[in-house]
Amino acid sequence: MSNKTIQVDALESEAIYIFREVVAQFEKPVLLFSGGKDSITLVRLAQKAFYPAKIPFPLMHIDTGHNFPETIEFRDRLAKELGVELIVRNVQDNIDSGRVKEETGRYASRNMLQTETLLDAIEEFGFDACIGGARRDEEKARAKERIFSVRDDFGQWDEKNQRPEVFDMLNGKIDLGQNVRVFPISNWTELDVWSYIEQEDIEIPSIYFAHKRKVFVRDGMIWSADDEVVFRDKEEEVLEKMVRFRTVGDMSCTAAVLSDAVDIAKVVEEIRDSSISERGARIDDKRSEAAMEKRKQQGYF
Amino acid sequence: MANSEQLIKMKVLKIATAGSVDDGKSTLIGRILYDTKSLTDDKLEAIEEKSRQRGFDYLDFSLATDGLVAEREQGITIDVAHIYFSTPSKSFIIADTPGHIEYTRNMVTGASTAQASIVLIDARNGVIEQTYRHFFINNLLRIKDVVIAVNKMDLVDFSEEKFNAIKKEIEFIASKSGYRGQNLTFIPMSALQGDNVVHKSENTPWYKGETLMHHLEKLEPEDISEISQARFPVQTVIRPKTEQYHDFRGYAGKIYGGDLSVGDEVAVLPSQTKSKIKTINFFDKEFETAKRGSSVTITLEDNVNVSRGDMLVKVNEEPTIAKQLDATICWMDKEPLKASQKYYIKHGVNDAQAKITKLSSIINTDFSGIEENPSELVLNQIGDIQLKLSKPLLVDSYSDNKSNGSFILIDSKTNSTVGVGFIK
Repeated sequence: MSNKTIQVDALESEAIYIFREVVAQFEKPVLLFSGGKDSITLVRLAQKAFYPAKIPFPLMHIDTGHNFPETIEFRDRLAKELGVELIVRNVQDNIDSGRVKEETGRYASRNMLQTETLLDAIEEFGFDACIGGARRDEEKARAKERIFSVRDDFGQWDEKNQRPEVFDMLNGKIDLGQNVRVFPISNWTELDVWSYIEQEDIEIPSIYFAHKRKVFVRDGMIWSADDEVVFRDKEEEVLEKMVRFRTVGDMSCTAAVLSDAVDIAKVVEEIRDSSISERGARIDDKRSEAAMEKRKQQGYF
Repeated sequence: MANSEQLIKMKVLKIATAGSVDDGKSTLIGRILYDTKSLTDDKLEAIEEKSRQRGFDYLDFSLATDGLVAEREQGITIDVAHIYFSTPSKSFIIADTPGHIEYTRNMVTGASTAQASIVLIDARNGVIEQTYRHFFINNLLRIKDVVIAVNKMDLVDFSEEKFNAIKKEIEFIASKSGYRGQNLTFIPMSALQGDNVVHKSENTPWYKGETLMHHLEKLEPEDISEISQARFPVQTVIRPKTEQYHDFRGYAGKIYGGDLSVGDEVAVLPSQTKSKIKTINFFDKEFETAKRGSSVTITLEDNVNVSRGDMLVKVNEEPTIAKQLDATICWMDKEPLKASQKYYIKHGVNDAQAKITKLSSIINTDFSGIEENPSELVLNQIGDIQLKLSKPLLVDSYSDNKSNGSFILIDSKTNSTVGVGFIK
């Protein structure tokens, strides 16, 4: 093992630095894990930050009940391999108890309902830092998000009163009842994440790769017809296509793209040449131009 | 294990821009995104639709960057927005900030991690107050590469005389600055029409230089901390307490300023205990040398007492152990800074309490001099102060090491970050 020099990639080094600051500055951090590629990348970075010690905080999944089964299977296996505690809280519980009301109609989605469950879980466990995989290149409002983003008791984001973040100093001081959302891969692009997954040979759920699936087309977007979750009109015809998913959010608001990318190298190539942005396949952002900013003010991740 | 792929990914160049909508800054960024084909179809469609709705007969690229509702309503940029794009050879991050005087703090924030900066000038108006301020901040932060983008050349008939007059004036301002390491590049352009942004313009045959993008592509990305002595502030101590790693005691941190190697004799500060670097670990591998900018884990030969906030440095390369500081500060809070007030100070990963013992001056950002012995420093003002610390901090001057020469002040009542300081 001699004569080897390391220059840690700037984005990777920054993310590892952020993870270490979280553990040093907070009492009870948690990593919000969706089973998606961004949170899987976070897990690898957290491993690197604390190796050879285990990841020193639990993973938590806010389960909408509308996840792709592949994602859930993957989530459970990963947590077991890492020997890290996995907390799951279900949106369904809040629906059953009547705390939140499920949306109805064509574009019904449980995506918004996650917020309430998340806030409940933060309170239940007393988490003071929630680490998430949001990136600034995803969306305009996210482009202004801080790395340490302070939220009040109601999970609200006060976008006009954000703390300045200068150099790499992170101010994690908060009052009781407040918590901080932490975004270690803020400065990564979608392509950076995919390249990293390729370079590190990280396993990801199969739905990210091209596969045959029963789908239907609405408003120019491709929806999974495999399950009951996505509302489909009778006249909307079911077809079988080679598709993959670019994000693995709630099935009800995550559209597929036509793709032949059956492995990671082909996915990276596809992303590099892509002309549709990642969130272009997320119907929840299309509701209005300010959709993301509004959701964030209400405590959405 | 720096394979070629990692080296390619390393090339991230951080750029700061400052300017008002009137300068065409958002238009310039939109133009860069458009001409480098970084705007995806759905984003472009959204811009086209919004531009149509507002009755513009051109594409309003500023819609691509002004992300908050309030900004779209007022048509101004009020925060720092980060914009990402890449060319085949490099990735770019632009920290886009407003240029008005009331957003000086945002400019400082955006510029703090930037290696290069673009100063926009409206060719019709030439050098204005705002130009001076951008320049001042670039100097204060010691930004190495500054591009003077003389924009809206289409509105002055691409006049070489106009361009040269602006160039002369800027060079005069630059001669007044204390920072001499700056590379200035002047480019005549029209962001709206695309002249000399990504594509070379036929309207400026007299201009022999490069386009903006060509120039930016040639800059070598590097860690922003100047090359100096290695500083390794310990963020956290890693103790796995497993059977396999029973005695493992690793110090996790990021290296600034210089490289560290196995066998280096190091001093642990502030205790000044000496030891040697035993291993440098990154994930499940060990390395001989780690380059500056790398987040690694270091173990020492001896069982010494090291905790968060301590610093490992090479013997004979010790920083100053300071119980008081002289610094220039940019104030970022509505509550003014006054002498005798107390704050938390965060210096890298270290914390202490600090008392302002003296507010010596306010520095005018138009290079017109200083105001001595002011009673307070208000939001967006820059001044010189003296601080007394509750415990010694291990510091360098900002000009020697950016990361170890800067700090923030935190208001203990609100927990807000209220100022950023540059150690003299």
